[in-house]
Amino acid sequence: MQLTLWTYEGPPHVGAMRIATAMKGLHYVLHAPQGDTYADLLFTMIERRNVRPPVTYTTFQARDLGGDTAELFKTACLEAYERFQPEAMIVGASCTAELIQDDPGGLAQALALPIPVVPLELPSYQKKENWGASETFYRIVRGLCPANTDKASRNPKSCNILGPTALGFRHRDDLNEIRRLLESLGVTVNVIAPYDARPSDIARLGDATFNVILYPEIAENAGRWLEKNCAQSMTTIVPIGIGATRDFIAEVGRLAGIDTTAFLAQETSRLPWYSKSVDSTYLTSKRVFIFGDATHVLAAERMARTEFGFDVVGLGTYSREYARQVREAATRLGVEALITDDYLDVEARIAELQPELILGTQMERHIAKRLGLPCAVISAPVHVQDFPARYSPQMGFEGANVIFDTWVHPLMMGLEEHLIHMFRDDVEFHDGAAPSHLGHASQKAPVGESVSEPMIAASTAQSEPINLEAGWSADAEKELKKIPFFVRGKAKRNTERYASELGITLINVETLYDAKAHFSR
Amino acid sequence: MNLPFRVPDQQVTAKGCVDQPVIRERGQREVFCGLTGIVWLHRKIQNAFFLVVGSRTCAHLIQSAAGVMIFAEPRFATAIIDERDLAGLADIDDELDRVVNRLLERRPDIEMLFLVGSCPSEVIKLDLKRAAQRLSSLHLPRVRVLNYSGSGIETTFTQGEDACLAALVADALPDTKPASLVVVGALSDVVEDQFNRLFASMGIENVGFLPARKAGSMPAIGPDTKYLLAQPFLNDTARALDELGATYIPAPFPLGANGTTAWLKAAADVFGVSDERFASATDAGHKRAEKALIRHRETLDGKSIFFFPDSQLELPLARFLHEELGMNLVEVGTPYLHRQHLRQELERLPAGTVLSEGQDVDRQLDRCRESQPDLIVCGLGLANPLEAEGFSTKWSIELVFTPIQGYDQAGDLAGLFARPLNRQARLGGL
Repeated sequence: MQLTLWTYEGPPHVGAMRIATAMKGLHYVLHAPQGDTYADLLFTMIERRNVRPPVTYTTFQARDLGGDTAELFKTACLEAYERFQPEAMIVGASCTAELIQDDPGGLAQALALPIPVVPLELPSYQKKENWGASETFYRIVRGLCPANTDKASRNPKSCNILGPTALGFRHRDDLNEIRRLLESLGVTVNVIAPYDARPSDIARLGDATFNVILYPEIAENAGRWLEKNCAQSMTTIVPIGIGATRDFIAEVGRLAGIDTTAFLAQETSRLPWYSKSVDSTYLTSKRVFIFGDATHVLAAERMARTEFGFDVVGLGTYSREYARQVREAATRLGVEALITDDYLDVEARIAELQPELILGTQMERHIAKRLGLPCAVISAPVHVQDFPARYSPQMGFEGANVIFDTWVHPLMMGLEEHLIHMFRDDVEFHDGAAPSHLGHASQKAPVGESVSEPMIAASTAQSEPINLEAGWSADAEKELKKIPFFVRGKAKRNTERYASELGITLINVETLYDAKAHFSR
Repeated sequence: MNLPFRVPDQQVTAKGCVDQPVIRERGQREVFCGLTGIVWLHRKIQNAFFLVVGSRTCAHLIQSAAGVMIFAEPRFATAIIDERDLAGLADIDDELDRVVNRLLERRPDIEMLFLVGSCPSEVIKLDLKRAAQRLSSLHLPRVRVLNYSGSGIETTFTQGEDACLAALVADALPDTKPASLVVVGALSDVVEDQFNRLFASMGIENVGFLPARKAGSMPAIGPDTKYLLAQPFLNDTARALDELGATYIPAPFPLGANGTTAWLKAAADVFGVSDERFASATDAGHKRAEKALIRHRETLDGKSIFFFPDSQLELPLARFLHEELGMNLVEVGTPYLHRQHLRQELERLPAGTVLSEGQDVDRQLDRCRESQPDLIVCGLGLANPLEAEGFSTKWSIELVFTPIQGYDQAGDLAGLFARPLNRQARLGGL
């Protein structure tokens, strides 16, 4: 049993719904009790879809359990076929139906419907949403795409784009950005899947020469199957950030046999200049903590270091399937990777590290709010705000521009940071003053949350306890308050550690500055 | 002095819809399960915590239904059952102890903990009642542990509150002096205060509200206690109160000017409040409510409305919208029709109203499209798709999250239905 306040991923059948909802002409019959239909609102409310997800729920009740839930499933399956006339169907069970073991796959096969029916086995008590999406997409590709190793008839400059789903973090816009990029390179896009693909499109995946894997969490398994059965190579670089986008273009060039040198020379992204211009100097070595799905965390880690000049002080992911890659990145940085889906662990790590910026998910936004830290969202789980009306990709050159704005926005601007440091008693610069461009409303702490002393509260309540014998003298405490709140937690913690190492029992102003000198060596 | 009690509509016959046949459907239900009640219950009882024992789906449901993570520090969580629990490799008692200890360590403010059963915990027959008793014995007097089921195989949406309150009544009421009148059903604090003032001015004393705002201040119930239902979905809670000897006061529900007056009058009659005293206590409120409704009547009068089943508030809402705002009822769907508690609502609905119980969502959508209503009340899964087809919709979930009962909320309640139509008019050019 795991205590969960918030969950980073839904159950695996929600992953299957993300595939089904992204596609056209596919219907999902889900053996599930009343209440599981909540998942529809993820798509209709969070993503603002204007049609219901193509999902039929059998809606069994307690009184059915003694009777024939299998019959209920068969009826629901037949009625869904007759009503929606899909080209293909996927069938499976949600967590409760898994326990009653009705075998939806076998039951659906027995109906002998005149369309392909792909059975799904998604173990709800072991696996989660992204795994469910990946498995579903893999099963659909395997079930509907014939093996085809005839490379001769293929256009060598053609590819499929695999991975974008419904309810994906910026998938809608990433897809457009990358499609445009590929087309301007002279590459033909054969099929995009699962986004807007029909089962009949899946059947012609084999017509392309290679596959662009946009989101490995979702499409890598399908890509590997196609590699083996359709002799298609696949991309390995996710084009998030300037460096990664350049590398991606070079990789696509190699796979398609295109010389990309001239194209790369004409690159028009604003990020490189914005980052090099002097007013970005203040970004240098800001301490950032990164958490999210593996794809976005790995991309953010590279961007943070090489395109913003940040120090990555910690990183982690809830994607256990990609823990190895994240651990490797952490090892290169000399930090310990946090591989967990426990929100409380992430909160504890952030409180301990006291970063100056969190790049995380909507969950880390909560943590940031509690600890009074700036935060930008880089990854799913998604929120209605992650589907902005404007064009807002993460991938490609425009995606890098969007990310520059997104990450810099929550921070104090350089000059403002200095002024706060210098004039502590100015009314505008009081403790907890938000960056001025974020307006006055954000200075008000929500009820019950302490923003006036966020770092102190955080470091005493949250961080690993230092065996603290020393207390703070009134003078030292007053002096500590002169340190801007966004670095105060770190200063307090460092001073306490310094005092405890030296066996000092009362921290005075001298101790504070001795510690400062000690830690700035 | 005349009673401010009005029955204006000649269509209301003595029996209304009481003997009306009901369309009973059984198919896909686009309705939340009882776990969703946690979203408002955890805000209502300020020192209670709700721990769902269930699957990742349960955790995901509550977090999604709660408007996706609006609370930085919620008083609910899920103990997610994993394969080790299912395979019997982990001892369920040990696991629950560990989870509950971690939780209580983190939240020293919690005085009441509900273990909430779910579909998976019911199917694998976890005995949460025994677990709650055992945990109570470990954590009392600091924390009392109760249990109820919010599972989708047994409960729809608001029935979760019913199950929660029934558990409170069965196990957690104090032995102090019983209240004379108890209002049952979670109400917003502002509405509770208004009703308290109204009862006081009628001279009804010692009024309790269930649930109270704090775990430690629940009302005591005894054989002399009379109770009024403030919500129409409290079947099991009413039965538990009956078992303690309390007496049910039949009444319509306090929605709208008429509904509120009739509801208050039912209590006043039981407590022997004179007509004069009742009128002087309620006249002003009733008039205020009527005045607040006038503006919305302009928008809603003569418009047709279709209810998909959701909160079980559908019948009282339909009665209010028809009787006080002149709306035409196309179909009134409800997940479950409790004839005894809704008798006075059924009596007041116009004869011939189409009533449906349960759901087969695709068939109901067919009927709805066929009838082309001016306004559709439905859940969040259906609202945007119907809007995209050109219909105006009202999310039903808002009706359980908003103060809508009583005189001073009657205008707000009407406003919830008028707003989609006003919005449609404003955005007509888009």
